[in-house]
Amino acid sequence: MPRSNPKSDLPQGTLDLLILKIVSLGPVHGYGIAQRLQQVSRDVVQTPQGSLYPALHRLENRGLLAADWKETETGREAKFYRLTRKGRARLETEAASWQRLTEAVALILQMSEEGAK
Amino acid sequence: MNWWRRLLRRKQIEEQLDKELRFHLERQVADLIAGGHDPEQARRLARLAFGGPEQIKEECRDARGTRWVEDFGSDVRHALRGLRHNRGFAAIALLTLALGTGATTVMFSVVDGVLLKPLPYREAERLVAINGSTEKYGENWGFSYLDFLDVQRQSQSLDAAAWNYGGGTVSGHGEAEYIDGSAVSSGLFPALGIRLVRGRAFRPEEDRHEGSPVMIISSRLWQRRFGGAPEAIGSSLTLEGKSYTVVGIAPTVALFGDSDVFTPLGQSWADPRMQNRGSRFIRVIARIRSGASLASAQTELNLIGRRLAEQYPRFDAGHALIARPLGRELAGDVRPTLWLLLGAVGLVLLIACANIASLILARAVSREREIAMRAALGAGRGRLVRQSLTESLVLAFAGGGLGVLVAAVGIRPFVALWPGSLPRAEEIGFDWRVLLFALAASILSGAIFGLAPALRAPARELERALRAGARNVAASSRGVHGGFVVGQLALAVVLLVSAGVLGRTLLHLASLDPGVDLRNVVTARVAPAAATLTDAAAMRASWKEFLDQTRRVPGVERATLTDIVPMRAGQNFLPFSSTPEMPPPDRAPVALASCVTPDYLEVMGLRLKGGRFFTEQDRLDGVPVVVIDEVMAQHAFGRREAVGRQLWMPALSRAPVQVIGVVGHVRHWGLAGDDHSSVRDQVYYPLAQVPDRLMRLFSSLMSAAVRTKIEPSAVIDPWRRATLGSTGDRVLYEVRTLDELAGASLARQRFLLLLFGIFAGLALLLACIGLYGVLAYLTSRRVPEIGVRMALGANSHQVMWMVLRQSLWMICAGAGLGLLGAIAAARLLQRFVEGVGPAEPSTFGATMAALGVAALVAGFLPARRASRVDPIAALRQD
Repeated sequence: MPRSNPKSDLPQGTLDLLILKIVSLGPVHGYGIAQRLQQVSRDVVQTPQGSLYPALHRLENRGLLAADWKETETGREAKFYRLTRKGRARLETEAASWQRLTEAVALILQMSEEGAK
Repeated sequence: MNWWRRLLRRKQIEEQLDKELRFHLERQVADLIAGGHDPEQARRLARLAFGGPEQIKEECRDARGTRWVEDFGSDVRHALRGLRHNRGFAAIALLTLALGTGATTVMFSVVDGVLLKPLPYREAERLVAINGSTEKYGENWGFSYLDFLDVQRQSQSLDAAAWNYGGGTVSGHGEAEYIDGSAVSSGLFPALGIRLVRGRAFRPEEDRHEGSPVMIISSRLWQRRFGGAPEAIGSSLTLEGKSYTVVGIAPTVALFGDSDVFTPLGQSWADPRMQNRGSRFIRVIARIRSGASLASAQTELNLIGRRLAEQYPRFDAGHALIARPLGRELAGDVRPTLWLLLGAVGLVLLIACANIASLILARAVSREREIAMRAALGAGRGRLVRQSLTESLVLAFAGGGLGVLVAAVGIRPFVALWPGSLPRAEEIGFDWRVLLFALAASILSGAIFGLAPALRAPARELERALRAGARNVAASSRGVHGGFVVGQLALAVVLLVSAGVLGRTLLHLASLDPGVDLRNVVTARVAPAAATLTDAAAMRASWKEFLDQTRRVPGVERATLTDIVPMRAGQNFLPFSSTPEMPPPDRAPVALASCVTPDYLEVMGLRLKGGRFFTEQDRLDGVPVVVIDEVMAQHAFGRREAVGRQLWMPALSRAPVQVIGVVGHVRHWGLAGDDHSSVRDQVYYPLAQVPDRLMRLFSSLMSAAVRTKIEPSAVIDPWRRATLGSTGDRVLYEVRTLDELAGASLARQRFLLLLFGIFAGLALLLACIGLYGVLAYLTSRRVPEIGVRMALGANSHQVMWMVLRQSLWMICAGAGLGLLGAIAAARLLQRFVEGVGPAEPSTFGATMAALGVAALVAGFLPARRASRVDPIAALRQD
């Protein structure tokens, strides 16, 4: 992966939200989450793989994620994460508040553009 | 998963973490190879994208939330490793702590058992003791049996019960032996809420003089004499010649620790005191009934007291009844002594803590570079403080654990060493309260000696610390070190002065003349035979017979009767006047009056200061005569000659009494207590001149005393046998030698001195070790500086003085601070220990001298070592 690509850093705290969202689509292992993050964000967002696992463990620790060891399609054992009920509730509130935040930010940005005209 | 389960399955979790991360990497490598990279390059790229696996693992561990416990574990291991490497330090610190916490724990378990624990009875907080009280003499009165019966009958809010010390020779089922016992009212066991081990309590109808003779025995006696067999109930035991049927087995009762037999109090009718309202010889306790309170019970007792005073003004006028919580009453005057000792031992522990703190500090300073290195590598301040505190706590717990062992071994010998009887001694022991205390003491001492080094631990000015060599004198730590030494010395001064004050007191008291010849005198109370109590003539004849029988006992030189025995509890105060007009009763001077027989002078070894003592010729038909002591002679007649003068003593006779002799003062209220007694005048009058109508009362009060030619204990048994009388029921009890009575009056001072002496010695030793350690450490840090000074021409005297000067300010500051504390401590002792006078300047002087010498020696050794520093070697160092 060339490092020179201009990519934005993830805003603080959004990694958790993204992980919860990805896991909510179905049980998935850590590598799968990393892949999905990359694909979905189309290489726009720098996903620091180093901070993925601590985040997973933290979420598991808080009871938002649960994990089981299962066989993958290649026959190897991997740790699959899934969303707990608590995690789903959290995802909904976080997603809603993210929605509100981005709408508000977008609104402000539009206003300033109109003001500049 | 709970955090503790995560902690327990730590290894499995670690493996899974590793497996998870490896899976990620391998999958990525596989994907990259599939994407056309060659394996070598694929692995490199995957690694680059992934980052350092160890850092990721570390962050995952942090995310787990069990980090602090794991850190704690590694800190503990680190601390243990440190202690193992530094054996000398570990040994000294552990020993100091073990002794400190051990001694404190022993003292606490005594305080806990005697003062703090609730009494082992059901709803013990509802139990009270009731005492008689008069305005003049306070709450020092027991109950008369008749008053007790009235209170029991009239009270609506109290279930009152009474007991009296008793006991005697028990026979049947084994050898005859003397056994302590108590005569108790039928309500006593129910009032205390004691469930008998077997059998039943006394019934009210058995608590009368015509009741059937029944007895309750302690489970201790039951085991000893019956081997715990159930047939003991219903069998008979003989007590003082009277046969009793055993109806119950009682558990050990705190109130009657030594009692093994219990008889119904109401059956002691043979004891003439039972029918005398003025004879306040029994103890009363009561349980407050539900619905009543201590206050309402007291109000009721006031009412009953007033009613009794109106009904029987001759006995009960001005006599109030006071209820007090039983626990407080039982602990009695041991209370201040115990708190004093706990305080003293706490000071020793504090000194020990200061000592260890300065040791740790010295280590911390020499580890400054190591700590600076850790900080440079990213250890946070909090983390370093935590590590340092953990080290101290490990030390504290190890020391505390050893201390608990010391206490467990030491507690029984300590209780056995206690002079006289320690109330509730059987309740002292190791339980969770004591362990909790030891734990708290360990944590607290760990915090005390760990905090200062811990807060110091994070190196300030990191870079300087790393760059500097050992040459960097830890100037900043000098102040802290000095502070510890000053504190230690000050505490040691407090203990030293306290010990000095007690020592002087004891020396002073022991040198006092008791006024009687203590050697070879045996005293005993006498219960006269019931058959002789018919008329005055019979009683006089019986007493004469008793004295004759006593004199014939081999080894007995002389024998006398008296109602008051020197230094034994018991008093009879009579008003007197040197003029015919008596002052009003509440203002008349009173004297301790003893009713004696002619041999009293020789038996007690009183010194005759003038005139003569009584003879057989001083009889009822002659002039009433008295002998007074020099204190009373001074009060009544001043400097004028007392012999041959008249005194008016209405309690003895309507006519004036003739003073026929003056004797030396007897320290009746104990060697220590006599000076503080409100009444010190003493008067003696002959039993032969006691009017017939009072003979019965006096017969019930008499004690006997004999002077022996041989070892006094050898005459006790023959004397007992020889005087049983024709009916075999004249009984000697409370047999004591005068030596025992006098010794008991000083025992508390002696015991306190012993302990304070030990504590003070220990404190001084610890403080000196502390001073030595700090100076030696500071000096060793200054060796390069000293080397420079000497190279520049300083001679060894100047160097020595430089080091000594350092110790001098610590000693002076410690002594000064300690002096203030010592003045306060001396006040406390004066207030709580009988016979202690205000601390004299010479006590302080001697203490300071001892401290100064010891401290200077401790300071001199490092100073001398400094003066012998070889400048070349010193400059090459580091």
